[in-house]
Amino acid sequence: MIYRESGQFITSYQADHRIFKLYQQRWAFYALLGFAFVIVPFIGNDYWFSAILIPFLVLSLAGLGLNLLTGYAGQISLGSAAFMAVGAFAAYNFQVRIEGSPLLVGFVFGGVAAAIVGVIFGLPSLRIKGFYLLVSTLAAQFFVTWVLTQFGWFSNYNASGVISAPSLLILGHDFSSPAGRYLLTLGVVTVLAFFARNIVRSELGRHWMAVRDMDTAAAVIGIPILKTKLLAFAISSFLLGIAGALWAFTYLGTVEPHGFDLSRSFQILFIIIIGGMGSILGNFLGAAFIVLLPILLSNLSANFLAGVVDPGQLENLQKIIFGALIIFFLIKEPNGLARLWQLFRERARIWPLRF
Amino acid sequence: MGATPLLELQRISLSFKGVKAITDISFTVEQGEICALIGPNGAGKSSLLNVINGVYQPDQGLIGFNGQRYQKMQSHQAAVQGIARTFQNIALFKGMSVLDNVLTGRNLKVKSSWIEQAFHIGRALADEIKQRQKAEEIIDFLRINQWRNSIVGTLPYGLQKRVELARALASEPRLLLLDEPMAGMNREEKSEMSAFILDTQREFGTTVVLIEHDIGVVMGLSDHVVVLDYGKKVGDGTPDEVRKSPEVIAAYLGTTH
Amino acid sequence: MEFFLEVLTGGLLAGLMYSLVAIGFVLIYKASGVFNFAQGSMVLFSALTFVSLLERGVPFWVSFAVTLLTMIALAWAIERVVLRPLVNRPPITLFMATLGLSYIIEGVAQAMWGAQVHGLELGISDAPLEIGGMLLSQFDLFSAATAGILVLFLSLLFNKTRIGISLRAVADDQLAALAVGIKLQRIWMIVWAVAGFVGLVAGLLWGARLGVQFSLSLVVLKALPVLIIGGFTSIGGAIVGGLIIGASEKLAEVYLGPIIGGGIENWFPYVLALLFLLVRPAGIFGERAIERV
Repeated sequence: MIYRESGQFITSYQADHRIFKLYQQRWAFYALLGFAFVIVPFIGNDYWFSAILIPFLVLSLAGLGLNLLTGYAGQISLGSAAFMAVGAFAAYNFQVRIEGSPLLVGFVFGGVAAAIVGVIFGLPSLRIKGFYLLVSTLAAQFFVTWVLTQFGWFSNYNASGVISAPSLLILGHDFSSPAGRYLLTLGVVTVLAFFARNIVRSELGRHWMAVRDMDTAAAVIGIPILKTKLLAFAISSFLLGIAGALWAFTYLGTVEPHGFDLSRSFQILFIIIIGGMGSILGNFLGAAFIVLLPILLSNLSANFLAGVVDPGQLENLQKIIFGALIIFFLIKEPNGLARLWQLFRERARIWPLRF
Repeated sequence: MGATPLLELQRISLSFKGVKAITDISFTVEQGEICALIGPNGAGKSSLLNVINGVYQPDQGLIGFNGQRYQKMQSHQAAVQGIARTFQNIALFKGMSVLDNVLTGRNLKVKSSWIEQAFHIGRALADEIKQRQKAEEIIDFLRINQWRNSIVGTLPYGLQKRVELARALASEPRLLLLDEPMAGMNREEKSEMSAFILDTQREFGTTVVLIEHDIGVVMGLSDHVVVLDYGKKVGDGTPDEVRKSPEVIAAYLGTTH
Repeated sequence: MEFFLEVLTGGLLAGLMYSLVAIGFVLIYKASGVFNFAQGSMVLFSALTFVSLLERGVPFWVSFAVTLLTMIALAWAIERVVLRPLVNRPPITLFMATLGLSYIIEGVAQAMWGAQVHGLELGISDAPLEIGGMLLSQFDLFSAATAGILVLFLSLLFNKTRIGISLRAVADDQLAALAVGIKLQRIWMIVWAVAGFVGLVAGLLWGARLGVQFSLSLVVLKALPVLIIGGFTSIGGAIVGGLIIGASEKLAEVYLGPIIGGGIENWFPYVLALLFLLVRPAGIFGERAIERV
C-alpha cells in the first residue's frame, strides 16, 4: 500500500525525463545512498568492507563498463580485464612518476589511458562484427597482459611485476582504513554510475541501442556508426580502467598483470549476463551475486556439508554452479536479475491486486 | 511543380557479383509529388531505393538530389541531405521503446554534445525536451500515443510499420522513401496508411517515392508512376498514361509475349 | 636455412593440432550456427575421461569406446538442455550459453577425475626420423596422418551419407530444412557427437604430447584465430588456418621473440587474425554475404 503512484501526474517532458519518476522511488534511492554513505561505515566490520563491500562495488563498476559496450551498444568483448589492467597500471605510474599528484586525478588518468587503449582495439569493430570482434578484444586481453609483464617499466621494475597502492590521501584525509577504502570506492562508483545512467538515457545512449539493434538502419537515419562505436569503446574502457585502479588501490592493495587475466574478463561478462544486459541496476545485482555466491557456498559446505564435500572440490562445484546459472538465466530470464526486480516492482505497484 | 526536380536519377546501373540488378535507369521526381515504383518481384525496386539513400553504391550513373549531383551516396550523407526511408522488412530498433525509436529519427537535429548530456549541463536538457516535443508531434500525427512506451519488438506488424514511418518523419525529410509500406496489411489498414502518406505530403510538403504492389492503392495515391521489369525501366508517367501503356501491361501484368 | 625448415615443420605440426580443435568448431557452427566456446572443454573432458579409464586398468579400445559413448551422451544432454530451449535466440546468446557450458564441463571433468596432470602413452615412439635430410618426430607424423584420415572420414560422412546431406541442408537454411522434414534436433545431436569425437582425437594427440591437464581446454583460444583465417564454415579452411597459425607463431617466437621479448605466442595469432580480418573480413574460404534490407 505504500508503493502507490495515484495522484502523481507527470505534467512536463522535463518531469518525464527524470531517472525516478515516482517520489517513492526517489526517496527510497536517497535513503539507500544515505545508508551506504553514513550508516554503513559505522556498523560495518573489516571483513565486510574488505571481503564483500569493496569487491562488490568495484565489480559493479566493471560490470557497468562492460554493460555499456555489450548490453547497450551490442559489441561483445572478452577483453574487459585488459582495460582494467591498463587503468590500474596507468594510475599507478601516474602516482609514482608525478610527485604528490592527487589520487583522484590518478584515477581519471587511469580511466583515460584505458579509454585510449579501448579505442585502439575498438577500431576493428568498424569492419568486423559479432564473433569476429571477439578476436579484437581477445587480442587486447593477451597483448596488454603480455606488455605489462614483459616491460618492467610499467611496474617500476618490481622484480615480480607487482604494483602496490600508494597512500590513499585526498585533501589530507587518509582513506587507508577499511572503512575509508569503502567510502572512497563508494564515492567513485556512485559518481560514475550517475554519469553512465545519464549517458544511456541521452542521445548517445539511443545511438548505442540503435547500433545494437540494427546497425544498417542506424546508418540510414544518419547515426554516425564510427563515432558511436568508438565512443562506446572509449566510455566503457574508461569505466573499466577506473574499476581496475580501484581494484588495485582500494581492494587488493597489490596486484600483478595476471590478476587481470581472461578469467577476470569472463567474471565480468557473467556479472552482466546474470545481472541483466542493458540495465544499470543489473550490474549491481550481478556483482552482488557473484561476490556472495562463493561465500555462501563455502559457508554452506563448512556448516552443513562438512565431510561430505571435499574443500578441494568447492572450486569445481562453484564453476559448475556458475555455468549452470549462466545457462539458466539465458534460457529463462535473458534480462537477468534486473528484470526480476522490475517484475517484482510492478507487482508491488498494484498490490494487493494481482493484475 | 518546381522548376528543378528534387530527385534525378541518370543512367543508374547496379550489379551483384556480376548479376545485373538495375540496368541503365533514369527518371526524375518533382518537388512535392508522390512517385510510385512498381514492377514484379525482383525487378530491382528495392535495390533502386538502396542506391538513392546510399545503402548500395551504383556501378554507373549519377544521382541528382536537390540540385547537387553525386556519383554515389553514402547513407549518412543521404540522411543529412534529408532523405529518410522505411524498409520492406521493418528495420526498427526492436529493443527500444516507440518513443526512443522516434527520437532516434531526430538524431541529426540534436545540437548538444554527449559530454553536455552526460553531465546535464549546457544545452542538454533544453535540447532533449525540444526533440521530445517534436517527436511527440509526430507520434500524435500518426496516432501511436498509447504505445509510446511499449517496446517496439512486442508490437503487432501493422503498428511497427507505422512506428517506422514515424521514425522517418521525425527527421523532417525532404524526400521520403517507402519500401512497401502496406505489405501484408488488410484493406482497412491500407487505407489508413494511404491517408497517412497523403497527409504527410500535404502537411509537410514531403516528396514521397514508394514501392507498392497493390495497383489500386498506387493509382489512387500517386502523381507519378515508374514501372520496372528485370532491372529496366519499362514505363514512366502519370497513373493514367502508365495504365494504358502496352509495354507496361505486357511486363507487369504478364500478358502474352 | 635448415633451422628455419625445422621451426617451420614444428610449427606446421602444432598447427595441425589447432586444426583438429577448429574442425570441431566448424562442424557445430555449420549445423547450428553456434559458436561453441565449449569445444576446448570437450577436448579436455574426453581426454581426461579416456586417460582416467586407462589408468584404472581398462583396456585401450574399451576406454576409447566408453569415452566415445560419454561424448555422445554429452551431446544428447547439450541438445536437450541447452540448445533446444535456446532455439531462435540471437547467436550471441548461444555463444554465451556455450561459455556457461564450458564452465560446467570443466568443473565436472575436474571434479570427477581431479586436477593433476596425467601422462598419456599412445605407444607411438617419439624417436626422430630422418626424411630428406630433416629430423621429423614419428609421433608428429602419426598425428598428421591421423588428422588426414579424420578429414577424409568427415568429408565422406558429409558428402556420401544421408546424414551428411541433411546436415548440409541444415547448414544452408534451417527453415527450409525443417520444411522438407529434416529433424533439426537429431542433426544437432549428431553433429555435437561428431564434434565430441573430433575433440577426443584431438585430446588424445595433444594429451600424448603435453600431458592431459587443464590447459588442454585453453586450445580453444588458439582455435579462434584459426577459424578467423580459415573461415567459420570450411573444414579445409580450418586445416589451412591451423597450419598458418601454427607455423607463423613458431616462426614469430623464434625470430621476433629475441627482438621484442619472449612469450609472444599468446597474442601473435590474434594480431595475425586481426590483420586478416581487416583485409578479408570473411576469411580465406568464407564468402561475404550480401546485406539485404
